[in-house]
Amino acid sequence: MSPPPQIVFRTEGLTKVYVTGGIKLHALAGIDLALYRGEIAVLLGPSGSGKSTLLNILGGLDHATSGHVWFRDLELTGLGDRALTRYRRDHVGFVFQFYNLVASLSARENVQLVTDVARDPMDAAEALDRVGLGARRDHFPSELSGGEQQRVAIARAIAKRPEVLLCDEPTGALDSKTGVAVLEVLAEINASLGTTTVVITHNAAIRAMAHRVIRFADGKIADVAVNDTRLSPQDISW
Amino acid sequence: MDALDIKLLRDFRKLALQGLAIAVVLACGVAILLTAFGMHRALIDTRSAYYERNRFADIFVETRRAPLRLLDDIRAIAGVIAAEPRVQGMAVLDLPDRVDLAMGQLLSWPSGNDPLLNEPILRRGLPPERAGEVMVSDAFARANDFDIGDGFFANINGQRRALIITGTAVSPEFIYTIGPGALMPDNAGFGILWLPEAEMAAAFDMSGAFNHLSLSLSRGTQPEDVKARLDALLDPYGGLGAYGRDGQLSDSFVATEIDQLRAMAVVVPPVFFVISAFLVGMVMSRIVSLERAQIGLLKALGYPDGRIALHYLLLAGLIALLGVALGWGAGSMLARAMAGQYAQFFDFPYLIFRVPAWVYGMSGLAALATTMAGALRAALMAARLPPAIAMQPPAPPAFRHTMADRVMAHLALNQTSIMIWRSVIRWPVRSALTALGLGAATAAVIASGFMFGALDRIIDLAFNQSYRQDAMILLAGDVPDTALADIRRLPGVIQAEAQQFHAVTLRHGPREKRVSIEARPAGADLSRVIGTDGRAVDPAPGGILLSDRLARQLELGVGDPVEVVFHTGPRETHDMIVAGLVAQYFGLGAYVEIGEIDRLFRRSARMSVANVLIDPDAMGALHAALQGMPMSAGLIEMTRNRQSFQDTIRENVVVVNTVYAVIAVLITVGVAYNAARIQMSERARELASLRIMGFSRAEVSFVLVGETMVIALIAQPAGWVMGTAIARALSRGFTSDLYAIPLVLEPANFAWASLVVLAASLGSVLVVRRRIDRMDLVGVMKTRE
Repeated sequence: MSPPPQIVFRTEGLTKVYVTGGIKLHALAGIDLALYRGEIAVLLGPSGSGKSTLLNILGGLDHATSGHVWFRDLELTGLGDRALTRYRRDHVGFVFQFYNLVASLSARENVQLVTDVARDPMDAAEALDRVGLGARRDHFPSELSGGEQQRVAIARAIAKRPEVLLCDEPTGALDSKTGVAVLEVLAEINASLGTTTVVITHNAAIRAMAHRVIRFADGKIADVAVNDTRLSPQDISW
Repeated sequence: MDALDIKLLRDFRKLALQGLAIAVVLACGVAILLTAFGMHRALIDTRSAYYERNRFADIFVETRRAPLRLLDDIRAIAGVIAAEPRVQGMAVLDLPDRVDLAMGQLLSWPSGNDPLLNEPILRRGLPPERAGEVMVSDAFARANDFDIGDGFFANINGQRRALIITGTAVSPEFIYTIGPGALMPDNAGFGILWLPEAEMAAAFDMSGAFNHLSLSLSRGTQPEDVKARLDALLDPYGGLGAYGRDGQLSDSFVATEIDQLRAMAVVVPPVFFVISAFLVGMVMSRIVSLERAQIGLLKALGYPDGRIALHYLLLAGLIALLGVALGWGAGSMLARAMAGQYAQFFDFPYLIFRVPAWVYGMSGLAALATTMAGALRAALMAARLPPAIAMQPPAPPAFRHTMADRVMAHLALNQTSIMIWRSVIRWPVRSALTALGLGAATAAVIASGFMFGALDRIIDLAFNQSYRQDAMILLAGDVPDTALADIRRLPGVIQAEAQQFHAVTLRHGPREKRVSIEARPAGADLSRVIGTDGRAVDPAPGGILLSDRLARQLELGVGDPVEVVFHTGPRETHDMIVAGLVAQYFGLGAYVEIGEIDRLFRRSARMSVANVLIDPDAMGALHAALQGMPMSAGLIEMTRNRQSFQDTIRENVVVVNTVYAVIAVLITVGVAYNAARIQMSERARELASLRIMGFSRAEVSFVLVGETMVIALIAQPAGWVMGTAIARALSRGFTSDLYAIPLVLEPANFAWASLVVLAASLGSVLVVRRRIDRMDLVGVMKTRE
């Protein structure tokens, strides 16, 4: 019997309420969830179901209205702006739908943005090799395709050897073939570095590569499914 | 109001702060144009109306004593419409309640009818009719609180006379009144006095004669021909050489002011207009690229290209309207303040001190046109954007590796610093224009600040090195220099030195100039001549020292011979050698040794002025003694001169410096704030990315603040160069026969200018920086650009 999996994130009764124009919107309505070390968790659900809100709170980009979140032993709820910045800097890697590269920095320099300030980063060149862009490291974003830009963004996210990689629609702006290449990178990083990877997607096909699939509806977790037979990204298409 | 108009107004409201920052710069241009041009017109109109209505003469001449019968010949000169003689002289005045001496310029008032030329305008009372009556200049009466019927004493040609004021007047001859030897007008200490003709003739021994003549000419007459004829006629009677309005003291001051206003109206406003046009262009381009998708949508909905271009032009137009409104308001106030200044220095009977309506219109149109021109490129960009492409996100800006990368690699810069430099290099035109705008702000401070140093140097050279006497005692004509012994015995006089003044014309080939020669003994200590090397010099025997500006005008160098036509003494012409050049900022000086003059004139030693050092405690006694001393014609207190000059200058310098510093700050805020806002808008995603990656607010702010400050720093040397050029142009522009402003720029001037601009830049960008704190990280990241 294998040892019980280490918990990376734990939430208790997590809620998030947005008030706009006097109307209260419950983006998260009491989430209790644990995410484990080394797993790929795919969050599925329609727009407004709360998955992005959860990801932002886990990533230290947003504050919960009530409830608790722990990253290992560190309670994120209640941390101030400065501590959250520190937390993001040391532990979290983000990948967004739009790649958000710095246009004036080359691929390698974009990665160096992170390696210059991280505690135990890998070499920028190594990060780019891992995403298969070692040969294009001196290109600027405007000289790279969409899929290549997203891979640079992933290299930038993993270069600090983060414990968690939070990906919000990482393939949303890409065609199927390019998207698969990006997913392969995510799977490879997860396998080789053991990075806990949380992926938000609208794309149900992607769930096939996850360890667990968590479905959201109306700010709540509708169900959690454990994937017994994971597919490799090459076998996925949409 | 259609939907696009509603969008226009909402966009304008959203743009409020940026628009205001631009509008304020534009307003500076409008206000200065309005004030300078308006005042320029107003001064010209007022002067010409005054001169025409009051028949200001075209030609003037002073003479020692010419018979009235000469007038027939003078009136017969072709082109002469009228010729009016008068008797004039100087007098020391003893005013009630005033300890110090005052001086008056006495003019004869024709009996029976008003003067034909230079007709004064009565402000109060009546002209003088009988002996003992006097009409005084209105400013003199006001400054001394005189009413009709008040009296004072005057030492007229050695005789003490009691005078009763019958009226006050202003005269086109004395719009600007300044006493002999004075640096600033002093209305209480110097006045114009009109006395009945008969009394003047008796007092100055001028029965049947005159010593001043005014002529008016018919249109199209060559004044040079008339002057030559006049000089020939008056030469036997001690004519001092005819001169036109340009040689008339009051008019040359007014003309100098008019020229300076015109220079200001032409040079300064375009700088502001260009900067605001650039700012509008920068902001509008950014708005158009942010609204790409909306533009595409509007086109898809069927709006024609022209309508869309117009939409963005109108947005710029609203900024211009705001600027014009602010400029008109500020300009009207500034014009009123300036009118107040003129009222203080110039005596016009009526002041057409209102800015003509067409100047308002012209300044508004100029501002509107330049702003529109600035927005044109962006508007055309919007018009030309094909709708299908407009709806797609723009490609990321292309960067390439440049030579600078190697330098940056060598310096081992961190990535945020590289971001700053690449951006500056990537948009060189934009960076250069931004730097130019900030440089212009630095230049504005330098160009105003140079006056400080210049005036310090003027004051030091004039008062500490050249004119070190406490006072000059003016004597009634050239008197034997034995008078010096009498003067040394006067109460409070510690030291006294003799001096002479002679009106001459200097000739060098075709060039000639009327100046006054100062003659003083070798080794004089109280009134010295300072050479261009900064040391006191004495003219060699037979030699003449010239001020450098005078030498330049006559194209003379050291060792050159110069023809000196004396209008005094035996009225002979002598050749002298230019023995040296001297630095001088007031007037056009020429200096010879006093004994040389007496030798040339073949006479015993004489003097017309005594330079004295005075015990300040004995000042009252000295004034009293001089009032009763027949040979004294007046006293010029250099100490008082010095003080009033310094006070006035200091006050003006502080005002001018404050105004220019404010203007510089306004330009800087306009440029730096808008540049930072645009950078913030362009970089929002990058800065948000950095925050998400765990960069602190300070680290992220470094990128935003860094780029603005890098450009501001680059701008400084450019600003120093521009400021020096403007200061040099101003120094040249201010230089006239009356005075010269040296170009004095100390390191402190540059440092202060840069400090003002760098501080204002930092302030502006820090205001924008606060947006980083309010940035919605997630929102920014998730929206497509």
